[in-house]
Parts: sequence; structure tokens; C-alpha cells
Amino acid sequence: MTADTEQPLAPVSPLVRYAGRFAAVTRASGGAVRLAELPLLAQLSVRLDAKGPAAEAVRFALGLALPVEPDTVAFSDELAALWLGPDEWLVVGRPGSAAGLEERLRAAVAGEHAAVTDVSGQRTTVLVGGARARDLLAHGCPLDLHPRAFGPGRCAQTTLARAGVLLAGRDEHRPGYWLLTRSSFAGYVADWLLDAATEYVADATSIT
Amino acid sequence: MLLIPCPWCGPRDEAEFTYGGQAHVPYPRDPAALTDEEWARYLFFRDNPKGPHAERWCHTISCRRWFNVVRDTATNEVLAAYRIGEAGPVIS
Ligand SMILES: [Zn+2]
Repeated sequence: MTADTEQPLAPVSPLVRYAGRFAAVTRASGGAVRLAELPLLAQLSVRLDAKGPAAEAVRFALGLALPVEPDTVAFSDELAALWLGPDEWLVVGRPGSAAGLEERLRAAVAGEHAAVTDVSGQRTTVLVGGARARDLLAHGCPLDLHPRAFGPGRCAQTTLARAGVLLAGRDEHRPGYWLLTRSSFAGYVADWLLDAATEYVADATSIT
Repeated sequence: MLLIPCPWCGPRDEAEFTYGGQAHVPYPRDPAALTDEEWARYLFFRDNPKGPHAERWCHTISCRRWFNVVRDTATNEVLAAYRIGEAGPVIS
């Protein structure tokens, strides 16, 4: 096979083998706990001076202002921008949009002291929803996840069962959380979620 | 477990942080002019108070910022937290 006939390898998400078990927990808990991987989301690390011209250029290019309030998320129809630090954000978009996003962001900050990096492979995302989502995460997360303290539009980098995770509250219409875990920790975090969820499942043997 | 107030992220578990030793230790203005003893004193000698102690912490798991904390070494009470470059509180 010559180089120009080779097909690029299709990307495989870290939790592809957990889809069945996530669905089984969702079913067996009657939807009290909903687990699903949101695979292969586009993820761009953006670092720049929040007070400088690059921040304004990014706002113009994305139609979305990078949030300056710590631990908050800004949403547009297509994108979410998560605060990671006073000069660092994670811009998340639909699967397959990373290259285009990277190009737009790089063009926007060209000539400024800024960095745009495609980190889509660094983390995968697990949707943790359902009425018991907060109870489930509380088994292993030190944060106060009560909506009063951590509602929609909040995010935090913290630990879940000692693994570093990035947690974001979904909007009011879709209660629950996005849990972003590093790819190399994803299997561990998924196993932990499945184990912690057994208490919300009528018949635990149905999910193993 | 300490509850440490990150100046950016708010109060978080100690397990999210890394300890960085005593704060406000100035780098020598002219390191080459120091005697071995003076250099060793800069490198290795730190205060060891019983009571308020200004020290550096890094919020490793989250925002990855270094900042300063004043902690009472006798009670472990965190008396203040402030960003690098900000003046520390006056603690009597
Ligand atoms: Zn922090």
C-alpha cells in the first residue's frame, strides 16, 4: 500500500468499551443515574492575557467571550469556554470541529502573546445526569455540588476518587454535569462511576 | 485536612495543593558575591516559628497558580491567602 492510498486511522474514544455498561446503569436505575460518554469532542487550550487585545479578538472570532470569573463556563450555540486559570481556557466544540476551531483561533490571536493548542485527545467527556447525579459524584468529589454552590455555568478542576477531573454544570434545561477526565484516567474513572452507581440500581447484577 | 482558600478558585481541599515552603525569601541581589556560608543560608535556612507563618502554595490540581498563605503552625488555622505580588496582611 502506498502512502497516498492509506486511509487515516479513525479516532477511537477512550471509553468506547464502556458504552454498554453506561447504558445498562442508565436503564437499571430507571434514569436516576444517566451515564454516557460524549466522545471525541473538539477541545482547544487557549492561553492569553484576559485584559489584552487577544481576548477581544477571540471574542470577535468565536462570538463568545472567554469568561474571566474563575470557575465559570460561557456557552454559545456551538461552543463552551471553560475557565481553567486567569490566563487559560478550554474551548469545547462538536466532534470534528477541532481543526477549523484551531485555525480560527490562531488567526484571531496572530501576532499577540497567546497560545492555541488542539488538546482534543487529552480528555474525554462523560455526561453524568439524572436525579441522583449529584449524589453519585458526591461519593468521590470534595466539592460542594449543591446547585446553590455549583449550578449551571459553573466549572471546576478538582478530584473525583483522587483522579484529577474537570467538572462543569450543564444548563438549567438539562440538569447534570459534564465530567472531563484525562484519557489515561478515563477507564479508572468510568469503573469508579459504575461501582458508585450500584447503590442507585435495583438489581446490581444487571449491570455487571 | 486543611481547607485552603485559593485566591482564584475559593476554598478547596488541601489535597488539591502543593506546598512550596516559606514565602518572601528574596533571591540574592548578586549571588556570585555571596560566600558559601551566605549561599547556604539563602538555600537551606528557613524560619521555624510557632505561630503565623507566610508560606507558598500552588493550586496544582486546578488553576495551577502559586500564591501565599499565612498559616498558624500551632493551630493549622489559615489566617490569610493572597496572590503573588499582593502585600501580605499584618499579623500580630
Ligand atoms: Zn485555584
